[in-house]
Amino acid sequence: MEAVLAGIKVIVTEDGYLEDFSNWNKEIGNEIAKNEGIEMTDRHWEVINWIQEQVKAGTALSVRGVKKSGVVDIKEFYALFPGGPLKVSTKIAGVPKPKSCI
Amino acid sequence: MKNLLILGAGTSGTMMANHLRPKLNKKEWKITIVDQYKTHYYQPGFLFLPFDIYTENQVKKVGGKFIPKEVNYIQKKIEQILPNENKVQLEDQTLSYDILIIATGSKIAPDEVEGMKGKNWHKNVFDFYTYEGALALRNKLRTWQGGKLVVHITEMPIKCPVAPLEFAFLADSYFTKKGMRDKVDITYVTPLSGAFTKQTCSNSLSYLLKEKNIKLETDFAIEHVDNENNKIVDYAEKEIDYDLLVTVPTNMGDEVIERSGMGDELNFVPTHPNTLQSKEHQNIFVIGDATNVPASKAGSVAHFEAETLTDNILLFINNKPLKEEFDGHANCFIETGHNKALLIDFNYEQEPVEGTFPFAGFGPLKLLKESIFNHWGKLAFRWIYWNMLLKGIAIPFVSRNMSTKGKKI
Repeated sequence: MEAVLAGIKVIVTEDGYLEDFSNWNKEIGNEIAKNEGIEMTDRHWEVINWIQEQVKAGTALSVRGVKKSGVVDIKEFYALFPGGPLKVSTKIAGVPKPKSCI
Repeated sequence: MKNLLILGAGTSGTMMANHLRPKLNKKEWKITIVDQYKTHYYQPGFLFLPFDIYTENQVKKVGGKFIPKEVNYIQKKIEQILPNENKVQLEDQTLSYDILIIATGSKIAPDEVEGMKGKNWHKNVFDFYTYEGALALRNKLRTWQGGKLVVHITEMPIKCPVAPLEFAFLADSYFTKKGMRDKVDITYVTPLSGAFTKQTCSNSLSYLLKEKNIKLETDFAIEHVDNENNKIVDYAEKEIDYDLLVTVPTNMGDEVIERSGMGDELNFVPTHPNTLQSKEHQNIFVIGDATNVPASKAGSVAHFEAETLTDNILLFINNKPLKEEFDGHANCFIETGHNKALLIDFNYEQEPVEGTFPFAGFGPLKLLKESIFNHWGKLAFRWIYWNMLLKGIAIPFVSRNMSTKGKKI
């Protein structure tokens, strides 16, 4: 479905994830974060950058991957993105939500 | 004489030995397969073992039976792969190779979560992804008087991602048959945002949890198991009580991958998703659960991969470009309990949808819908596994690449 984020018309999934990462920019990320009740800081962006790099490299995201990344520990990851950090951070990063096969 | 070496004699390794032996000239190529364990387990059967649907003997056979006679079969521990020297060190010998196939699989790593493999491991905290775990759980369930059953996934990716859900469905069925369903409270706990994470599946299947009275806890990323108070605690400090915890621990690639410095943070080997060639070394190929490709870790995936990989190894030997053919095709039966099952057929791009399989309109199997026929399919699959799949025999009407025929797209 269509949505307007940071003044740009984009296609998002029913739960608000960007369909096409090439539409993503920092302003869009900021606006998604605001809708999730998160005020972005440099720490948030470091995590978002790391997630985007992983997805570009074709690596599956996992909490364990975050833990071993050295970017952030899991307690802080939860503090930065409360209520399901992988779910929330991937939405802000403009990448697909972690899924199972069904 | 050139050497083709296969590491691991599980589903993938055994299939590759069977595919390649008749296709490679015996005067030019020696094929060797290494696996330290002599038993070959039918891993999909571990789902049925706890509920007394399968017996021990239905899920294990001597692995050597499935390795072709003209293949050199070595039962030794693999110490390290030396990819820059084209060598593999075993416990007391070193093998050289011209082509290496890594098929070392994945396994549970309960030590990754504090307290999981603690004093209650296989007492009231169980896995069912190992033969020992499934068997211990069966013995527990036979005498269990009821209480809070928690079915839990630690984190993705896991082997057979639907198995935990099937376990919850079969548990409902099992306790109903025993006449004690009212004494058992079943909760399904997932680190993902739902039991079903894809929209079509969620629309078609969400009724299942309600119908079976299975409670759902989402976005739960476990931090530790509290063995004193019988609860699991997550990083957001959410707590879930249990009397019986059935968990799927973190799944990781084999330690030999870590020892060889060839894996990602979960010991899976970076692999080209369409050719199955290692991203680092041209003469190394990776198949099945050992890869990091974003396909399901499942026997059907390994089966389809094996067909593409066989072709690619022959192309590689003849110095021809590899086929970028593998599409992530998976084909899985999902038990829903009470003698019914679903079937899903999907790939990297196409999510599971409704329809008929393998023939448009006729079926006879139904996609993403419960049917008794699908359940028979799942049970028949054990015979197909031992008698066709492992031997590298193609399954009639099911192609290596996913077909859109019969699918409601």
